[in-house]
Amino acid sequence: MTTAIQQTPLPGVGVRYDFTTEEGLRLGVVHHHSGRRQLFLCSADDPDSARVTIELTEDEAHALIDVLGGSQIVEALAGLRQQVEGLGIDWLTLDPDSPYAGRTIGDARIRTRTGVSVVAVLRGAVPHPAPGPEFAFSPGDTLVVVGTPEGIGSLGHLLRRG
Amino acid sequence: MHAQALLWLELGGLILGLALLARLAVAWRLSPIPFYLLGGLVVGEGGLIPLVPSQDFVEIGADLGVILLLLLLGLEFTAVELRRALRSGATAGLLDLALNYTPGVAAGLLLGLGWAPALFLGGVTYISSSGVVAKLLGDLGWTANRETPLVLSILVFEDLAMAILLPLLAVVALGGSPLGAILAVGAALALVALVLTVAARFGEGAGRLVFSGSDEVNLLTLVGVTLVVAGLTEQLNVSAAVGAFLVGIGISGEAAQSARTLLTPLRDLFAAVFFVFFGLSTDPAAIPGVLAPAAGLAAATAITKIATGWWAASRAGVGRRGRVRAGAALIARGEFSVVIAGLGAAAGGAEELAPLAAAYVLIMATLGPLAARAADLRPRSQRKRLRIRRLARRRPGSGRSAEPTPGGPAS
Repeated sequence: MTTAIQQTPLPGVGVRYDFTTEEGLRLGVVHHHSGRRQLFLCSADDPDSARVTIELTEDEAHALIDVLGGSQIVEALAGLRQQVEGLGIDWLTLDPDSPYAGRTIGDARIRTRTGVSVVAVLRGAVPHPAPGPEFAFSPGDTLVVVGTPEGIGSLGHLLRRG
Repeated sequence: MHAQALLWLELGGLILGLALLARLAVAWRLSPIPFYLLGGLVVGEGGLIPLVPSQDFVEIGADLGVILLLLLLGLEFTAVELRRALRSGATAGLLDLALNYTPGVAAGLLLGLGWAPALFLGGVTYISSSGVVAKLLGDLGWTANRETPLVLSILVFEDLAMAILLPLLAVVALGGSPLGAILAVGAALALVALVLTVAARFGEGAGRLVFSGSDEVNLLTLVGVTLVVAGLTEQLNVSAAVGAFLVGIGISGEAAQSARTLLTPLRDLFAAVFFVFFGLSTDPAAIPGVLAPAAGLAAATAITKIATGWWAASRAGVGRRGRVRAGAALIARGEFSVVIAGLGAAAGGAEELAPLAAAYVLIMATLGPLAARAADLRPRSQRKRLRIRRLARRRPGSGRSAEPTPGGPAS
């Protein structure tokens, strides 16, 4: 069963993502426009109010994701890797100053130039599985890519330098 | 003494005084706005220390302060957020307008100020201070609360409403004809709609076009564009402040983020000058006489804001404590009330408007944060767990004074 994550825009602040756990606690993350992220937990007696708020740096957030076992996409891909020898799977983050920030997968001609497929793009907490050529990257996106290790290496280079 | 030397001494002394007041505000975890106003009342005409040589600078600085306040406000929200707030928050926004504009107008008429000053007074009581409220939400750890999106969308609605109100009030102040008022509001509406549409579609691209890698170039470009647009809108009778606000909305994405970082210090300096200017052009001798009506108006409009927040939050299924928090968060009035009162005072008319607005904002900018902290009080059994958050905030570099105490000063 997948958990339904609610996404609420906070004008001027950012976006709030939250869900209610089986225990009945509301748990979530606030992504600020400034790049800050806060993990919060609400109490059972006042589910509207954040009881604990924890500020996470980018590294801390990644560490927490690792500990928790990654997203469902990551788990599914880990299974795939076991099935095919020599297949490389990697996660590439698009730097804000990348020449492809704001441009589409088609523009970058990733498949033609490197033989690598972008199987999903993670934007914040929202996964975009199987993006088409018209899908536009935005800075900070995490690209889940599949291909040969060499191909992935040259794609990393391509995304940084163009 | 040398005239130039006297100018620098006076200006330096004034700004040092402001620094001292801001320090007090930070230490007491209150908004600095009432402190600056008090500072302004003490100096200047009728106050203890008259300001002579720096009067001209302070006057222009104050106008610049208004423009920067509105520019930063526009940068706060993206066009997409504004359009969404208009669509989903319109009912709560209109209720807010009806409940909080009316008491000001009614009080103005009861006090015999006449129609035009009464309309300005309505603007003073209507708009919550988005600066104070945003700071409260962050300090009290309310950002993730369920009622917070409603509070924010009410603020967004108020800001858009102000873009329409300012030109309307400007025409009223000039004693313009109904036709002139309709034209000004029509022009403002058209401009807002145009910027919202264009910015939502091309905002990021426009931002990237204007922005280069150099902070220096960006700062000069931004200030230059803003002042030119402010001048043009002023010429169209739409008010310079609205022009600055529209420039802010027009820039979004990465560009808006870096513009905010660049301009915030500049805004803080000139906004402080603006509050002082309002204080010093208000006669302190007139304050005691308007204290009673200001207090009454403050009490009434605190209740109407709580009612607004309560209603909006309950409609969204938020529990009782959340509804109280939503209402309490909205109480604070501040910078934009002073902006509107400043416009009204500059237009002439009733002499009581400026002192009344000054006394009102003094009360509301202080009462708002205190009320919000009181609404944050929880039953004793839960206080202990709160410590987790309080400990976590104590990071190196964040001084003791900046640390929020959810229990308020009494705890």
